[in-house]
Amino acid sequence: MDLIQQAFAWLIAPTSWIGDSGIARRLSEHLVFTVVVVGVAATIALPVGVVIGHTRRGTTLVSAATGAARAMPTLGLLTLLGLGLGIGLVAPAIALIVLASPSLLAGAYAGVQSVDRQTVDAARAMGMSEPAIIRTVELPLAAPLILGGLRSATLQVVATATLAAYTSNTGLGRYIFAGLKGREYAELIGGSALIVALALLLDGIFALVQRVTLRDPHRLPVTTERHHP
Amino acid sequence: MRWLSQNWETLLQLTASHLALVLPSVVLSFLIAVPIGWAAQRRRWARDPALTLVGILYAIPSLPLFVLIPVMFGLGLRSAANAIIVLTVYGTAIMVRSAADAFASVPEDARLSAAAIGHSSWQRLWMVELPLAIPVMVAGLRVLVVSTISMVTVASVIGIQNLGTLFTDGFQRGIVAEVVAGLVVTVLLALVLDGGCILMARLLTPWTVSQRRVRGASAWT
Repeated sequence: MDLIQQAFAWLIAPTSWIGDSGIARRLSEHLVFTVVVVGVAATIALPVGVVIGHTRRGTTLVSAATGAARAMPTLGLLTLLGLGLGIGLVAPAIALIVLASPSLLAGAYAGVQSVDRQTVDAARAMGMSEPAIIRTVELPLAAPLILGGLRSATLQVVATATLAAYTSNTGLGRYIFAGLKGREYAELIGGSALIVALALLLDGIFALVQRVTLRDPHRLPVTTERHHP
Repeated sequence: MRWLSQNWETLLQLTASHLALVLPSVVLSFLIAVPIGWAAQRRRWARDPALTLVGILYAIPSLPLFVLIPVMFGLGLRSAANAIIVLTVYGTAIMVRSAADAFASVPEDARLSAAAIGHSSWQRLWMVELPLAIPVMVAGLRVLVVSTISMVTVASVIGIQNLGTLFTDGFQRGIVAEVVAGLVVTVLLALVLDGGCILMARLLTPWTVSQRRVRGASAWT
């Protein structure tokens, strides 16, 4: 248990937190990288998912994308892009955008598709245009599932951003790789604990946000996430 | 292709080590998750805590866990046991939800009929609930198998040998063909085992096949 004490000492030592490879710097790198990657992935995947859910065309694309993303080993994609694009942030960013997109796509698609057809037809009968139906009817009703997709994509990216440190000098994952290489066990274990804490914190924030949005008094209860074979 | 022709022995060896980590993890996850999933479905009070707990487990990133598990259990960082424990944690997290859904998919009528003809709750579980839960259960098993095959490659960065070793080795030595071979074989392995799951489900649930045939026939008449 000596190792745990050392790791704890490393975590609370002020010197661990400052400097170019200090915790403060690594933590912000990790967070900024995550936000940018999820942001770009959402900009691409959410509109596509909403259109697929609205038109119900291309549903095979969604299941193919989620299946492929599950089977595709993240590390393989990362190292392949790293070899092609060199050491730096571009390769892991592209790899993570590719991996985060299917969850977002599936969330948006499932959300919009789960909206009661009668509600949509009622909106259409009132003379609403298709874009207006998407904006004012489908999107608000789909929000819980879209948020669910955003939650899994974010968790996936936070976790995989750790692995990105294998091919680039960024984020909290550096503590794991530097620690493994230099046998700095305090850093290795302390860094690992930090990443776990960050992921659980983000998951908790999403859980809270989901609970609050579901409690919105203007919203009718919506059934979330149902798995059917 | 040249890389492949010169290194097929390494490839076979790594595939074998890959399976030696994946198969025990899948079996363990399944054996742990199914009773929990059943309990979560049958005991109302257990459902939310159980599903929240597996949700939290699933939210933990894998790489740090590969470091923390050996510290907690006093195992070697590069031991197979470490990889199997980590993979079983995620596998269980995936499978508990599917198992709960699978038992929920058993029609209430079937359960009541089984009770009415005098089955004990144990007989009902083995002879009625489990068989009827198979289709949804297998859907979960397929996700479990495919995710585990992909996730174990992460263990290669801490030095546990498996197909992921082709990624780390290829990256360090700058051999693109090696990384590509790793990607292709990992995905192929996932496809093959996934196909195996589908086949197993067909054999275990012959009635779904005949139902399909009946439905197909009625479509033509």
